[in-house]
Amino acid sequence: MTEVHILSRQLHRSNRPRHLASFALVLPLFAFLVFSYGFPIGTMLWQAVSDKEVGIALPNTVAALASWDGKTLPDEKVFRALAADIKKARADETLAPAARRLNYDVSGFREVLFRTARRPPPANTASVKDYIIGIDSAWSNPNYWGAIRNAAGPASLYYLLSAIDLRTNPVGSIIAKPNDSSIFIDIFVRTFEMSLIVTLICVALGFPVAYLLTSLPARLAYPLLVLVLVPFWTSLLVRTAAWVVLLQNRGIVNHALIDLHILSEPTALIYNRLGVYVAMTHILLPYFILPLYSVMKGISPNYMRAAASLGARPIRAFIKVYLPQCASGITAGCLLVFTVAIGFYITPALVGGAADQMISYYIAFYTNTAANWGLACALSVWLLLATFVLYFLYGRLVGGVAGPVT
Amino acid sequence: MTFGHEHRPLSQRLTRLALWVITILVLTYLIAPLLVIVPLSFSSSAFLNYPIPSFSLRWYEDFFSSPDWRLAIWNSLLVGSISALLATSLGTLAALGLNRANFPFKRVVTAFFISPLVVPVIILAVGTYFFFAPLRLTGTYTGIILAHTTLAIPFVIITVGATLSSFDENLVRAAFSLGAHPVRVFFKVILPLVLPGVVSGAVIAFATSLDEVVMILFLGGPEQNTIPRQMFNGIKYYLSPTITAVATVLIVVSILILGLVGLLRRHMQKLRAADVEH
Amino acid sequence: MMSTLPRYIALAAVAAFVTSAASARDLTVVSWGGAVQKAQSTAFLEPFAQESKAPLRQASWEGGIGILRAKVQSGNADWDVVEVESDELAIGCEENLYEKLDWSKIGGKDIYFPQAVNPCGVGALLYSFVLAYDPAKVKDAPKNWADFYDLKKFPGKRALRSGPKLTLETALMADGVAPADVYKVLGTEEGVNRAFKKLDTIKPNIIWWQTGQKPVELLASGEVAMTGVFNGRITAAKKAGKVFNMVWNQSMFTWDSWVILKGSPNVDAAYKLLNYMSDASRQAKQMSMLANGTSNKQSIAMVDAKDAADLPSAPDNAAHAMEVSAQFWLDNFDKLSDRFTKWVAQ
Repeated sequence: MTEVHILSRQLHRSNRPRHLASFALVLPLFAFLVFSYGFPIGTMLWQAVSDKEVGIALPNTVAALASWDGKTLPDEKVFRALAADIKKARADETLAPAARRLNYDVSGFREVLFRTARRPPPANTASVKDYIIGIDSAWSNPNYWGAIRNAAGPASLYYLLSAIDLRTNPVGSIIAKPNDSSIFIDIFVRTFEMSLIVTLICVALGFPVAYLLTSLPARLAYPLLVLVLVPFWTSLLVRTAAWVVLLQNRGIVNHALIDLHILSEPTALIYNRLGVYVAMTHILLPYFILPLYSVMKGISPNYMRAAASLGARPIRAFIKVYLPQCASGITAGCLLVFTVAIGFYITPALVGGAADQMISYYIAFYTNTAANWGLACALSVWLLLATFVLYFLYGRLVGGVAGPVT
Repeated sequence: MTFGHEHRPLSQRLTRLALWVITILVLTYLIAPLLVIVPLSFSSSAFLNYPIPSFSLRWYEDFFSSPDWRLAIWNSLLVGSISALLATSLGTLAALGLNRANFPFKRVVTAFFISPLVVPVIILAVGTYFFFAPLRLTGTYTGIILAHTTLAIPFVIITVGATLSSFDENLVRAAFSLGAHPVRVFFKVILPLVLPGVVSGAVIAFATSLDEVVMILFLGGPEQNTIPRQMFNGIKYYLSPTITAVATVLIVVSILILGLVGLLRRHMQKLRAADVEH
Repeated sequence: MMSTLPRYIALAAVAAFVTSAASARDLTVVSWGGAVQKAQSTAFLEPFAQESKAPLRQASWEGGIGILRAKVQSGNADWDVVEVESDELAIGCEENLYEKLDWSKIGGKDIYFPQAVNPCGVGALLYSFVLAYDPAKVKDAPKNWADFYDLKKFPGKRALRSGPKLTLETALMADGVAPADVYKVLGTEEGVNRAFKKLDTIKPNIIWWQTGQKPVELLASGEVAMTGVFNGRITAAKKAGKVFNMVWNQSMFTWDSWVILKGSPNVDAAYKLLNYMSDASRQAKQMSMLANGTSNKQSIAMVDAKDAADLPSAPDNAAHAMEVSAQFWLDNFDKLSDRFTKWVAQ
């Protein structure tokens, strides 16, 4: 055995405890994040597919419906199972969650179920079917029975489909929701559209600034950079509050415009789309300028000089030589701004109107106000998916997932 | 992009002028809202407008004396400092581990540690809410501290990681070869070298918590109101001039944090330069 | 020095758990913020906390049965006593979200107006949803909801409460439905369509508010010239010097109730508070600050004639008013709320 071999083996052996030590250092954080981050995301994913309320409250009905064709009216056996289930579920307090779940699928189901629950059939009812349909004719509509069967659980795609305006019909095929109850595709489109517009404004405003700052000597560029950094570091709520103060009806901008006789009476600058764009761009612009600035800083002016000395006109030199070199910086900046923008919640909630809310607002609405948790989680799943796709692209471009930490 | 000062054609000078005009306008747009809100906080008027009738500190008095705001200040400091401490401790150790040579799955593990920064906060808030509720962690300080620590960890990993990337492993080896105890090596050799990065990480972690409102909206009970949550309510329901005083204080805090992080970075660069010279 | 860092970590962990473990939570009372909560706080909550020497925490909300469902179902009721609207009372009672009240602990049913007595809740406030406007901002005085929906006569923005309840009613009355028939019409598919169609006509001109105090601010800031709003808030603003007018014609009155959330760890303290609030003279004190009726039969006799004239129950005010139907909203809230959410987002 050569000495080199012996040495390398010793090194290998001595590396083992080092490996262990590395693991020991990383393990606490890993365990922490599994608990405080991995489990929450897992819970969210599970909630998006979990669908157990109806199976718990109406087990016999669900079982009896298994052989139902989805078109005709179920038979007496199913109705009897329903009556028994409702009675027991009401006593066990499992009816309300099931009623709510069914109501998500078929609007008005909650009331139908509780109306039926308030009038249980007498013991010797000949036809429970006729009796229950007598309470509410909704029970003769296959749509209601389809909703029960599709909610048999314990897991389903119901919420994930709902979150993109699809549903399962009584015969089990996936169809688009009727127009007046489809909403989320529009909101996803709105979210992407608003984010795109903010991104484009950021490019239009941010590029010239980064370009000029790059060309300035440090003693001029740094003070100007501070003007970008200070807002970047300032609390999002402070900046949002500032915009409310500036833009509201009796706010400073309206006041000034009237004093200058540009306006005769206050115009709506806030609680509409305009206000959201102004405030969101203000918050996201540094995310574009700062990384682009560092990319541009790395571009040697020699190339442009060379192009000029070869007789290229400045515009041509700019387009052919300079732009390609900072293209990756621009694309990365755009992706970053866009990705952060699609997750915005606070700013549109505070300066937007009802028609300017993005998808996050609805996630919060369905979590805290409407308490439709499955839907909130399903919307989150789609948003998360979009975010990951965008970050994957970003990672391919800049070779890492780190945002700007400046 | 300077081409020297040799006489440029008119078109180029016009372009340059246009660039300056745009830049000044954009920078004004970025900074003006902050500048506008500061003087208003010293106004004696209850209306958020100019001209300011007379100077007054009444909104600051309200901020520092009303029980709601005092609770919010206390909560923000408590949650911010504990979660910064937790995030910095866990994050620094992990960054040290990750930085060691040939750590397996380094990329994947790092990506996992940084990913809380990538996921929209609202999604984390929803997931955390559903996971914490059955554990009785919603409406508790523990729950909020855990959530804020999670959000702050990526920043610690990134800042400490950046410091470590220029960190010379040979110093540690040398210390070990002289027979130093690992804990001693950590405190005597490693920590002083990475301290600027660790402190930046801690400061950014604290700032993250101080600015966080979505998690609080989902997880916090009435007793855990923090400054951002109190501000959120203020903007949403009733924009009192106290908000401008709070905003001014927070602007000052963020300038201090920016300055501190800048100083630390310069300090690190000096260290690095000194390293190279050796 | 050697063990400083681990010690800090241990300290942080201990501190975190101690602070959370120490939360044998204070009694938490939730109302609707603004002028309403201020009056309740002065008349009941603050003196109660002082006399019982037990800390009491207040919070505000903006309604929504979903929030209460979420709190009770997640096993995380961090609220104890909540003021709810009549349909929230009915739905929540049916779904077992509230404690069933033991009336012997709060003075017996007989001391209350019958409308203020419910298995799950005791009346908190009798109030009206009225049309209010800033006389300086309109040429003519609006007289009814039809004027509110008339963009020609009254251009500009107006504000309504975000949600189907109280909004759809105004739309139908504006469209010519008599107050007595509103819920009959709204109970049909065509009636609902008709209401939304009417709302469509002013949709771009509506600012939606969620919290009761917001419309007062919108009026005060000039953001809107008129709004649908709860009467007590306007009277309070008038007492504070604002010049606003109310239209009692086609107003809608209803009761809010106090409930105790199921799973509250502070049920005993909650009962003590409800009992404290049942006192007639304390209720009269609240009525002098807030022009809303209260639950104790004796209280109304103790109010000044001037303040009594502002109450929804005053004969002049009640003459052309209708009652909000809790039964209708119990049966239809979820369905119409879905539709409203979608309509407003489009």
